Amino acid sequence: MHNIRIRGGRSLCFLLLLCLLWELLIRLTETPKWLLPAPSDVLKEATIDFSVFYEHLLSTINLSIIGLVLGCSVGLLISIILHRLPKVNEVLYPLLILSQNIPTIVLAPLLIIWFGFGLLPKLIIISLVCFFPIVVASMDGFRQTAPELKHYMRMAGATTKQIFWKLEFPHALPAIFSGLKIAATYSVMGAVISEWLGAKKGIGVYMTLAQSSFRIDRVFVAIGFIMLLSVCLFGIIRLLERLVVKGRNEGMK
Amino acid sequence: MSLTINNLTKSFGQLPVLEDMNLQVKDHEFVAILGPSGSGKSTLLQLIGGLLTPDNGTIQMNEEKINGQKGLISYMPQNPSLFPWRTVLDNVVLAAELKGNPDYEEAKLLLKKAGLEEFQTSYPSELSGGMKQRVAFIRALLGKQTLLCLDEPFSALDEFTRIKMQKWLLSIWEENRKSILFITHSIEEALFLADRIYVLSKRPAYVKVEITIPFSRPRDESLIAKHEFFQLKQEILQYMKEELNGDD
Repeated sequence: MHNIRIRGGRSLCFLLLLCLLWELLIRLTETPKWLLPAPSDVLKEATIDFSVFYEHLLSTINLSIIGLVLGCSVGLLISIILHRLPKVNEVLYPLLILSQNIPTIVLAPLLIIWFGFGLLPKLIIISLVCFFPIVVASMDGFRQTAPELKHYMRMAGATTKQIFWKLEFPHALPAIFSGLKIAATYSVMGAVISEWLGAKKGIGVYMTLAQSSFRIDRVFVAIGFIMLLSVCLFGIIRLLERLVVKGRNEGMK
Repeated sequence: MSLTINNLTKSFGQLPVLEDMNLQVKDHEFVAILGPSGSGKSTLLQLIGGLLTPDNGTIQMNEEKINGQKGLISYMPQNPSLFPWRTVLDNVVLAAELKGNPDYEEAKLLLKKAGLEEFQTSYPSELSGGMKQRVAFIRALLGKQTLLCLDEPFSALDEFTRIKMQKWLLSIWEENRKSILFITHSIEEALFLADRIYVLSKRPAYVKVEITIPFSRPRDESLIAKHEFFQLKQEILQYMKEELNGDD
């Protein structure tokens, strides 16, 4: 834990250094604000405009979390079904991979045509980007169960159901959490994309408006908060992982 | 509880592994199976455990045929195979958990006897090799089954720990005397622990010779220095040499 804090601190210092360099370059070259604002301009805009931005932010947070939970639940359910029914797996797994080749940008307008501008098409988009990392990670996790533990369970007379819930599932938890971390960062991206295409509120909406009126500083405010949101979700998942995954990180202490 | 194996034959494709094997474990008896590596000892256990079905012959438990039936034996593997995410206490109740509600009080008592009381809430990664094997043995003991099958349980331990573990195993076993089928490739280990030894031939395996061990219980390590112990060891060594000399 201590180590992570030090590492995080170093990253933060480096980020600050980059911002400082950026600020310096903007001032030296006298770049106009509408082309590329300095970090100080972005920060100023963020504080001035926060009361307006706040609502958009809240809406995106809501959307990302609901989408993430939904996408992950669907992903986990699919992976469990596919793992326990190998025949279904043979048919569906290639289709799942294909589904990831449909570009979200193309799919999103279609979903809006079919389902309107409500919550549903947005949640579908977020779930679609979130579920895949979970499916792949958890299926790999289930498959990579230590063979000697499986052999022990079979010799001890465990049923396939017991082998799954007592051995394969807990064994796969670290892998599932890796998938969750990827999904968490994707979910914010999915939320913003879905808002681009039609919504009343959200960082995506704020961003489109800012862009069309050449308020590049506001675009950067949006980008900053998207990153912050991703990092927060990532952190929450990490925290959950610490609470749930036990007895396996001895080397990291 | 008694286990009787009659004319057991098993081959994998063209490769015969067991041929016409006959053996018996009586109630409260400690039986060791001694054989060169690759002689099909593990296959024998998998047949008894029901993971494999024999090509021929029967496996009987209390006069009842159990070919291919799982869950009738307690098992302790060569490597401890503890679940890393379970604490020691949760690990030892696992075998019992598969068959119903485990008795945590009994588990705590056994852990205490094994000197592992303070490690109840530790994870396996915090234990030494010997401790892990003790946990694995207690897990097998807590299973509801009355036949314990131990598959070379101490072969991965160093010499000092192994002798300590053998004495510990006997002391625990003296108290409840579940029937034990103990697989090993160490002659001394078999002589020190068992009531009877079956020496297996090389593959395809059959019982080459059956030896009843005359030493009284409880035993201690001074036994190893005795003349009778040495003589029996030489005798068994001779049998095993015959098997190995036949090789290529």
